[in-house]
Amino acid sequence: MSGESFIVLAPQSVAFLLIVGFIGGLVSGFIGSGGAFVLTPAMMSLGVPGVVAVASNLCHKFPKALVGAYKRHKYGQVDLKLGLWMALTATPGMWWGAGIQQDIRRLYGEAGSNLYVSLAFVIVLAIVGSFVLRDALRSYRRTYRNSALEQTSRLAQWVQSVEIPGTMVRFRVANIRVSVLFVLPLGFATGLLASSIAVGGFVGVPGMMYVLGASSLVASATELVIAFVMGLGGTLNFSLAGLVDIRLAMLILLGSLFGVQLGAIGTTFVKPFMIKVVMATVMLIVAVSRALVVPVYLAQLGVMALEQTSMRLLERASFALMVLALASGAFLIVAAMARGYRHA
Amino acid sequence: MTASPKPWLLLLVSGAASALCYVLLFANEKEVMAAFTRTDGWYPALPVLTAFLFSLVHGACTGYFWEVLGVVPRPAGETTDVKLEE
Repeated sequence: MSGESFIVLAPQSVAFLLIVGFIGGLVSGFIGSGGAFVLTPAMMSLGVPGVVAVASNLCHKFPKALVGAYKRHKYGQVDLKLGLWMALTATPGMWWGAGIQQDIRRLYGEAGSNLYVSLAFVIVLAIVGSFVLRDALRSYRRTYRNSALEQTSRLAQWVQSVEIPGTMVRFRVANIRVSVLFVLPLGFATGLLASSIAVGGFVGVPGMMYVLGASSLVASATELVIAFVMGLGGTLNFSLAGLVDIRLAMLILLGSLFGVQLGAIGTTFVKPFMIKVVMATVMLIVAVSRALVVPVYLAQLGVMALEQTSMRLLERASFALMVLALASGAFLIVAAMARGYRHA
Repeated sequence: MTASPKPWLLLLVSGAASALCYVLLFANEKEVMAAFTRTDGWYPALPVLTAFLFSLVHGACTGYFWEVLGVVPRPAGETTDVKLEE
Protein backbone atom coordinates (compact mmCIF):
# COMPACT_ATOMS: atom_id res chain seq x y z
CA MET A 1 0.00 0.00 0.00
CA SER A 2 1.45 3.41 -0.90
CA GLY A 3 2.07 6.14 1.64
CA GLU A 4 -0.71 8.23 0.03
CA SER A 5 -3.29 5.61 1.08
CA PHE A 6 -2.84 6.54 4.74
CA ILE A 7 -5.11 9.24 6.16
CA VAL A 8 -4.23 12.77 7.20
CA LEU A 9 -4.75 13.04 10.96
CA ALA A 10 -6.97 15.93 12.10
CA PRO A 11 -6.79 17.13 15.76
CA GLN A 12 -10.28 15.80 16.51
CA SER A 13 -9.31 12.38 15.12
CA VAL A 14 -6.25 12.37 17.37
CA ALA A 15 -8.36 13.26 20.44
CA PHE A 16 -10.90 10.56 19.52
CA LEU A 17 -8.18 7.89 19.22
CA LEU A 18 -6.64 8.92 22.54
CA ILE A 19 -9.96 8.64 24.39
CA VAL A 20 -11.00 5.33 22.80
CA GLY A 21 -7.47 4.03 23.36
CA PHE A 22 -7.62 4.93 27.07
CA ILE A 23 -10.99 3.25 27.62
CA GLY A 24 -9.98 0.19 25.58
CA GLY A 25 -6.78 -0.07 27.61
CA LEU A 26 -8.68 0.21 30.88
CA VAL A 27 -10.99 -2.66 29.95
CA SER A 28 -8.06 -4.77 28.63
CA GLY A 29 -6.01 -4.25 31.78
CA PHE A 30 -8.98 -5.41 33.85
CA ILE A 31 -10.51 -8.32 31.90
CA GLY A 32 -7.54 -9.24 29.69
CA SER A 33 -9.07 -8.20 26.38
CA GLY A 34 -11.49 -5.79 24.79
CA GLY A 35 -11.24 -2.55 22.94
CA ALA A 36 -10.42 -3.95 19.52
CA PHE A 37 -14.08 -4.36 18.60
CA VAL A 38 -14.52 -0.59 18.96
CA LEU A 39 -11.07 0.57 17.86
CA THR A 40 -11.12 -1.09 14.45
CA PRO A 41 -14.52 0.31 13.36
CA ALA A 42 -13.60 3.63 15.01
CA MET A 43 -10.50 3.92 12.82
CA MET A 44 -12.54 2.93 9.78
CA SER A 45 -15.03 5.68 10.58
CA LEU A 46 -12.11 8.14 10.29
CA GLY A 47 -11.50 6.91 6.74
CA VAL A 48 -8.82 4.32 7.48
CA PRO A 49 -9.05 1.30 5.11
CA GLY A 50 -10.28 -1.82 6.96
CA VAL A 51 -7.07 -3.82 6.56
CA VAL A 52 -4.91 -0.90 7.79
CA ALA A 53 -7.24 -0.47 10.78
CA VAL A 54 -6.85 -4.16 11.69
CA ALA A 55 -3.06 -4.00 11.22
CA SER A 56 -2.66 -0.79 13.24
CA ASN A 57 -4.90 -2.13 16.01
CA LEU A 58 -2.70 -5.23 16.29
CA CYS A 59 0.41 -3.05 16.40
CA HIS A 60 -0.93 -1.22 19.48
CA LYS A 61 -2.32 -4.41 21.01
CA PHE A 62 0.91 -6.29 21.64
CA PRO A 63 2.83 -3.48 23.43
CA LYS A 64 -0.30 -2.74 25.47
CA ALA A 65 -0.63 -6.43 26.40
CA LEU A 66 3.08 -6.50 27.25
CA VAL A 67 2.76 -3.60 29.69
CA GLY A 68 -0.47 -5.03 31.16
CA ALA A 69 1.02 -8.51 31.54
CA TYR A 70 4.17 -7.12 33.17
CA LYS A 71 2.10 -5.09 35.61
CA ARG A 72 -0.17 -7.98 36.57
CA HIS A 73 2.81 -10.33 36.78
CA LYS A 74 4.15 -8.02 39.50
CA TYR A 75 0.86 -8.57 41.37
CA GLY A 76 1.36 -12.35 41.10
CA GLN A 77 -1.63 -12.85 38.79
CA VAL A 78 0.01 -14.07 35.54
CA ASP A 79 0.61 -17.76 34.85
CA LEU A 80 3.30 -17.33 32.21
CA LYS A 81 3.56 -21.05 31.52
CA LEU A 82 -0.19 -21.36 30.90
CA GLY A 83 -0.15 -18.26 28.69
CA LEU A 84 2.69 -19.62 26.56
CA TRP A 85 1.07 -23.06 26.19
CA MET A 86 -2.16 -21.37 25.08
CA ALA A 87 -0.27 -19.06 22.72
CA LEU A 88 1.43 -22.06 21.11
CA THR A 89 -1.80 -23.01 19.34
CA ALA A 90 -3.44 -19.57 19.38
CA THR A 91 -1.19 -18.39 16.54
CA PRO A 92 -2.03 -21.34 14.20
CA GLY A 93 -5.67 -20.81 15.20
CA MET A 94 -5.38 -17.20 14.09
CA TRP A 95 -3.87 -18.21 10.75
CA TRP A 96 -6.58 -20.82 10.18
CA GLY A 97 -9.27 -18.27 11.03
CA ALA A 98 -7.72 -15.76 8.62
CA GLY A 99 -7.81 -18.46 5.91
CA ILE A 100 -11.52 -19.08 6.57
CA GLN A 101 -12.12 -15.33 6.36
CA GLN A 102 -10.35 -15.12 3.00
CA ASP A 103 -12.31 -18.11 1.63
CA ILE A 104 -15.61 -16.55 2.70
CA ARG A 105 -14.63 -13.19 1.18
CA ARG A 106 -13.70 -14.89 -2.10
CA LEU A 107 -16.95 -16.89 -2.24
CA TYR A 108 -19.47 -14.37 -0.89
CA GLY A 109 -17.72 -10.98 -1.08
CA GLU A 110 -17.33 -8.31 1.60
CA ALA A 111 -20.94 -8.59 2.81
CA GLY A 112 -20.56 -12.36 3.27
CA SER A 113 -17.41 -11.84 5.27
CA ASN A 114 -19.09 -9.19 7.44
CA LEU A 115 -22.08 -11.47 7.99
CA TYR A 116 -19.76 -14.29 9.11
CA VAL A 117 -17.98 -11.99 11.57
CA SER A 118 -21.26 -10.62 12.96
CA LEU A 119 -22.80 -14.07 13.36
CA ALA A 120 -19.64 -15.28 15.11
CA PHE A 121 -19.93 -12.31 17.46
CA VAL A 122 -23.63 -12.89 18.18
CA ILE A 123 -23.49 -16.67 18.69
CA VAL A 124 -20.26 -16.85 20.70
CA LEU A 125 -20.87 -13.77 22.82
CA ALA A 126 -24.54 -14.54 23.55
CA ILE A 127 -23.72 -18.09 24.73
CA VAL A 128 -20.47 -17.38 26.59
CA GLY A 129 -21.65 -13.97 27.86
CA SER A 130 -24.86 -15.43 29.37
CA PHE A 131 -22.84 -18.18 31.02
CA VAL A 132 -20.35 -15.70 32.48
CA LEU A 133 -23.19 -13.45 33.69
CA ARG A 134 -24.94 -16.36 35.41
CA ASP A 135 -21.70 -17.33 37.10
CA ALA A 136 -20.99 -13.71 38.05
CA LEU A 137 -24.38 -13.47 39.79
CA ARG A 138 -23.77 -16.73 41.65
CA SER A 139 -20.30 -15.52 42.67
CA TYR A 140 -21.82 -12.22 43.80
CA ARG A 141 -24.32 -13.97 46.07
CA ARG A 142 -21.61 -16.26 47.41
CA THR A 143 -19.25 -13.34 48.03
CA TYR A 144 -21.70 -11.51 50.25
CA ARG A 145 -22.98 -14.65 51.97
CA ASN A 146 -19.58 -16.05 52.78
CA SER A 147 -16.35 -14.49 51.54
CA ALA A 148 -14.65 -13.73 48.23
CA LEU A 149 -14.42 -17.38 47.21
CA GLU A 150 -14.51 -18.60 43.63
CA GLN A 151 -15.79 -22.10 42.92
CA THR A 152 -14.19 -24.45 40.41
CA SER A 153 -16.76 -25.51 37.80
CA ARG A 154 -17.76 -29.18 37.51
CA LEU A 155 -16.26 -29.27 34.02
CA ALA A 156 -12.92 -27.95 35.30
CA GLN A 157 -12.97 -30.46 38.16
CA TRP A 158 -13.43 -33.24 35.62
CA VAL A 159 -10.68 -31.84 33.35
CA GLN A 160 -8.30 -31.67 36.31
CA SER A 161 -9.15 -35.26 37.24
CA VAL A 162 -8.26 -36.67 33.81
CA GLU A 163 -4.76 -38.18 33.92
CA ILE A 164 -3.13 -38.61 30.48
CA PRO A 165 0.41 -39.85 31.04
CA GLY A 166 3.13 -37.70 29.49
CA THR A 167 0.84 -34.71 28.96
CA MET A 168 0.22 -33.52 32.52
CA VAL A 169 1.54 -30.06 33.37
CA ARG A 170 1.36 -28.16 36.66
CA PHE A 171 0.56 -24.46 36.33
CA ARG A 172 1.81 -23.00 39.57
CA VAL A 173 0.18 -19.55 39.59
CA ALA A 174 -3.17 -20.85 38.37
CA ASN A 175 -2.77 -23.61 40.95
CA ILE A 176 -3.99 -26.31 38.56
CA ARG A 177 -2.57 -29.51 37.08
CA VAL A 178 -4.11 -30.45 33.75
CA SER A 179 -3.27 -32.26 30.54
CA VAL A 180 -1.99 -29.95 27.80
CA LEU A 181 -4.35 -31.85 25.49
CA PHE A 182 -7.08 -29.65 27.03
CA VAL A 183 -4.99 -26.48 26.97
CA LEU A 184 -3.93 -26.61 23.32
CA PRO A 185 -7.44 -26.74 21.73
CA LEU A 186 -8.47 -23.88 24.00
CA GLY A 187 -5.54 -21.81 22.71
CA PHE A 188 -6.50 -22.71 19.15
CA ALA A 189 -10.11 -21.56 19.74
CA THR A 190 -8.81 -18.30 21.23
CA GLY A 191 -6.73 -17.62 18.11
CA LEU A 192 -9.57 -18.63 15.81
CA LEU A 193 -11.92 -16.18 17.51
CA ALA A 194 -9.27 -13.46 17.58
CA SER A 195 -8.94 -13.64 13.80
CA SER A 196 -12.73 -13.47 13.35
CA ILE A 197 -13.85 -10.88 15.88
CA ALA A 198 -10.48 -9.48 17.04
CA VAL A 199 -11.19 -10.33 20.68
CA GLY A 200 -9.93 -13.85 21.34
CA GLY A 201 -10.08 -13.20 25.07
CA PHE A 202 -13.85 -13.58 24.99
CA VAL A 203 -13.20 -17.31 24.59
CA GLY A 204 -9.72 -17.55 26.14
CA VAL A 205 -10.62 -16.08 29.55
CA PRO A 206 -13.88 -18.01 30.11
CA GLY A 207 -12.11 -21.12 28.76
CA MET A 208 -9.30 -20.84 31.31
CA MET A 209 -11.87 -20.24 34.07
CA TYR A 210 -14.53 -22.83 33.30
CA VAL A 211 -12.62 -25.53 31.38
CA LEU A 212 -9.26 -25.47 33.14
CA GLY A 213 -10.32 -24.09 36.53
CA ALA A 214 -8.13 -20.97 36.77
CA SER A 215 -9.48 -18.09 38.87
CA SER A 216 -10.89 -15.03 37.10
CA LEU A 217 -7.92 -12.93 38.22
CA VAL A 218 -5.34 -15.39 36.86
CA ALA A 219 -7.31 -16.09 33.66
CA SER A 220 -7.76 -12.41 32.77
CA ALA A 221 -4.09 -11.66 33.53
CA THR A 222 -2.81 -14.68 31.60
CA GLU A 223 -4.89 -13.68 28.58
CA LEU A 224 -2.60 -10.66 28.25
CA VAL A 225 0.33 -13.02 27.55
CA ILE A 226 -1.66 -14.71 24.77
CA ALA A 227 -2.72 -11.31 23.40
CA PHE A 228 0.93 -10.22 23.33
CA VAL A 229 2.07 -13.28 21.34
CA MET A 230 -0.86 -13.11 18.90
CA GLY A 231 -0.54 -9.34 18.49
CA LEU A 232 3.18 -9.59 17.80
CA GLY A 233 2.72 -12.36 15.22
CA GLY A 234 -0.18 -10.51 13.57
CA THR A 235 1.74 -7.21 13.43
CA LEU A 236 4.73 -8.88 11.75
CA ASN A 237 2.41 -10.48 9.24
CA PHE A 238 0.76 -7.16 8.29
CA SER A 239 4.06 -5.28 8.46
CA LEU A 240 5.53 -7.59 5.82
CA ALA A 241 2.78 -6.29 3.53
CA GLY A 242 3.46 -2.63 4.52
CA LEU A 243 0.00 -2.16 6.04
CA VAL A 244 0.75 -0.82 9.53
CA ASP A 245 0.03 2.88 10.11
CA ILE A 246 2.49 3.43 12.95
CA ARG A 247 1.04 6.89 13.71
CA LEU A 248 -2.41 5.44 14.44
CA ALA A 249 -0.97 2.56 16.46
CA MET A 250 1.20 4.81 18.63
CA LEU A 251 -1.59 7.35 19.15
CA ILE A 252 -3.91 4.63 20.44
CA LEU A 253 -1.04 3.31 22.56
CA LEU A 254 -0.56 6.77 24.08
CA GLY A 255 -4.01 6.61 25.71
CA SER A 256 -4.16 2.88 26.13
CA LEU A 257 -1.03 2.56 28.30
CA PHE A 258 -2.60 4.95 30.83
CA GLY A 259 -5.74 2.78 30.74
CA VAL A 260 -4.11 -0.64 30.91
CA GLN A 261 -2.10 0.31 34.01
CA LEU A 262 -5.17 1.69 35.74
CA GLY A 263 -7.16 -1.45 34.85
CA ALA A 264 -4.37 -3.67 36.18
CA ILE A 265 -4.21 -1.70 39.45
CA GLY A 266 -8.00 -1.97 39.63
CA THR A 267 -7.87 -5.78 39.79
CA THR A 268 -6.15 -5.57 43.18
CA PHE A 269 -9.03 -3.59 44.67
CA VAL A 270 -12.13 -5.42 43.49
CA LYS A 271 -13.81 -8.68 44.41
CA PRO A 272 -13.05 -11.37 41.78
CA PHE A 273 -16.67 -11.57 40.60
CA MET A 274 -16.36 -8.00 39.26
CA ILE A 275 -14.11 -9.26 36.45
CA LYS A 276 -16.93 -11.59 35.41
CA VAL A 277 -19.56 -8.83 35.72
CA VAL A 278 -17.56 -6.47 33.47
CA MET A 279 -16.79 -9.20 30.96
CA ALA A 280 -20.43 -10.38 30.74
CA THR A 281 -21.74 -6.81 30.41
CA VAL A 282 -19.35 -5.97 27.57
CA MET A 283 -19.94 -9.29 25.79
CA LEU A 284 -23.74 -9.12 25.91
CA ILE A 285 -23.98 -5.50 24.74
CA VAL A 286 -21.55 -6.24 21.88
CA ALA A 287 -23.65 -9.30 20.94
CA VAL A 288 -26.76 -7.08 20.62
CA SER A 289 -24.73 -4.51 18.68
CA ARG A 290 -23.60 -7.08 16.12
CA ALA A 291 -27.07 -8.64 15.90
CA LEU A 292 -28.39 -5.24 14.74
CA VAL A 293 -26.23 -5.26 11.60
CA VAL A 294 -27.04 -8.85 10.56
CA PRO A 295 -30.09 -7.67 8.50
CA VAL A 296 -27.83 -5.12 6.74
CA TYR A 297 -25.45 -7.81 5.51
CA LEU A 298 -28.34 -10.14 4.62
CA ALA A 299 -29.78 -7.30 2.51
CA GLN A 300 -26.40 -6.72 0.83
CA LEU A 301 -26.30 -10.42 -0.02
CA GLY A 302 -29.79 -10.17 -1.54
CA VAL A 303 -31.39 -12.52 1.01
CA MET A 304 -33.82 -9.83 2.22
CA ALA A 305 -34.89 -6.31 1.26
CA LEU A 306 -33.97 -3.27 3.36
CA GLU A 307 -34.02 0.44 2.57
CA GLN A 308 -30.75 2.42 2.51
CA THR A 309 -31.91 4.70 5.33
CA SER A 310 -32.76 1.70 7.54
CA MET A 311 -29.37 0.18 6.80
CA ARG A 312 -27.58 3.36 7.80
CA LEU A 313 -29.68 3.64 10.94
CA LEU A 314 -28.90 0.06 11.98
CA GLU A 315 -25.18 0.56 11.33
CA ARG A 316 -25.11 3.72 13.43
CA ALA A 317 -27.10 2.11 16.24
CA SER A 318 -24.73 -0.85 16.17
CA PHE A 319 -21.64 1.36 16.46
CA ALA A 320 -23.26 3.39 19.25
CA LEU A 321 -23.97 0.19 21.17
CA MET A 322 -20.35 -0.93 20.80
CA VAL A 323 -19.17 2.37 22.24
CA LEU A 324 -21.74 1.89 25.02
CA ALA A 325 -20.33 -1.60 25.72
CA LEU A 326 -16.84 -0.22 26.19
CA ALA A 327 -18.06 2.79 28.20
CA SER A 328 -20.18 0.54 30.46
CA GLY A 329 -17.18 -1.70 31.09
CA ALA A 330 -15.03 1.31 31.95
CA PHE A 331 -17.73 2.76 34.24
CA LEU A 332 -18.13 -0.53 36.13
CA ILE A 333 -14.36 -0.81 36.58
CA VAL A 334 -13.92 2.73 37.87
CA ALA A 335 -16.95 2.41 40.18
CA ALA A 336 -15.73 -0.93 41.57
CA MET A 337 -12.22 0.49 42.01
CA ALA A 338 -13.51 3.52 43.86
CA ARG A 339 -15.55 1.26 46.16
CA GLY A 340 -12.55 -1.02 46.75
CA TYR A 341 -10.29 1.98 47.34
CA ARG A 342 -12.59 3.38 50.02
CA HIS A 343 -12.67 0.05 51.85
CA ALA A 344 -8.89 -0.53 51.54
CA MET B 1 -2.04 3.56 50.91
CA THR B 2 1.74 3.66 50.75
CA ALA B 3 3.51 6.65 52.28
CA SER B 4 6.74 6.24 50.27
CA PRO B 5 8.05 9.32 48.43
CA LYS B 6 6.45 9.99 45.07
CA PRO B 7 8.62 9.42 41.98
CA TRP B 8 8.32 12.93 40.56
CA LEU B 9 11.80 12.93 39.01
CA LEU B 10 11.29 9.56 37.32
CA LEU B 11 7.95 10.79 35.97
CA LEU B 12 9.58 13.93 34.56
CA VAL B 13 12.44 12.00 32.91
CA SER B 14 10.25 9.24 31.45
CA GLY B 15 7.59 11.81 30.46
CA ALA B 16 10.20 13.87 28.60
CA ALA B 17 11.55 10.74 26.87
CA SER B 18 8.02 9.68 25.91
CA ALA B 19 7.21 13.17 24.57
CA LEU B 20 10.46 13.13 22.58
CA CYS B 21 9.49 9.79 20.97
CA TYR B 22 6.11 11.19 19.90
CA VAL B 23 7.61 14.49 18.67
CA LEU B 24 10.18 12.62 16.56
CA LEU B 25 7.46 10.36 15.13
CA PHE B 26 5.09 13.16 14.12
CA ALA B 27 7.70 15.79 13.15
CA ASN B 28 9.04 13.32 10.57
CA GLU B 29 5.66 11.86 9.68
CA LYS B 30 6.24 11.61 5.92
CA GLU B 31 9.68 10.02 6.15
CA VAL B 32 8.51 7.65 8.88
CA MET B 33 5.47 6.49 6.92
CA ALA B 34 7.55 6.02 3.77
CA ALA B 35 10.11 3.85 5.60
CA PHE B 36 7.66 1.97 7.82
CA THR B 37 5.51 0.79 4.92
CA ARG B 38 8.40 -0.59 2.90
CA THR B 39 8.26 -4.34 2.50
CA ASP B 40 11.88 -5.03 1.52
CA GLY B 41 14.84 -5.93 3.70
CA TRP B 42 14.50 -5.31 7.43
CA TYR B 43 12.00 -2.45 7.01
CA PRO B 44 8.98 -4.56 8.16
CA ALA B 45 10.70 -4.89 11.56
CA LEU B 46 10.49 -1.11 12.11
CA PRO B 47 6.84 -0.98 13.35
CA VAL B 48 7.49 -3.84 15.76
CA LEU B 49 10.72 -2.34 17.15
CA THR B 50 9.05 1.07 17.47
CA ALA B 51 6.11 -0.45 19.36
CA PHE B 52 8.55 -2.13 21.78
CA LEU B 53 10.43 1.14 22.31
CA PHE B 54 7.25 3.13 22.95
CA SER B 55 5.90 0.47 25.32
CA LEU B 56 9.11 0.67 27.33
CA VAL B 57 9.36 4.46 27.49
CA HIS B 58 5.69 5.42 27.62
CA GLY B 59 4.87 2.38 29.77
CA ALA B 60 7.32 3.62 32.42
CA CYS B 61 5.89 7.14 32.18
CA THR B 62 2.27 6.00 32.66
CA GLY B 63 3.31 3.76 35.57
CA TYR B 64 4.95 6.68 37.39
CA PHE B 65 2.00 8.92 36.48
CA TRP B 66 -0.49 6.79 38.45
CA GLU B 67 2.02 6.34 41.27
CA VAL B 68 2.46 10.10 41.62
CA LEU B 69 -1.32 10.50 41.69
CA GLY B 70 -1.44 7.96 44.52
CA VAL B 71 -3.23 5.31 42.47
CA VAL B 72 -1.21 2.28 43.54
CA PRO B 73 -2.14 -1.40 43.89
CA ARG B 74 -3.39 -2.84 47.14
CA PRO B 75 -0.41 -4.47 48.90
CA ALA B 76 0.02 -8.21 48.19
CA GLY B 77 -1.75 -10.51 50.60
CA GLU B 78 -4.75 -8.25 51.01
CA THR B 79 -6.45 -9.47 47.83
CA THR B 80 -8.81 -12.38 48.22
CA ASP B 81 -8.51 -14.61 45.19
CA VAL B 82 -9.12 -17.89 46.96
CA LYS B 83 -10.60 -20.89 45.21
CA LEU B 84 -13.05 -23.34 46.72
CA GLU B 85 -13.71 -26.85 45.49
CA GLU B 86 -17.41 -27.47 44.95
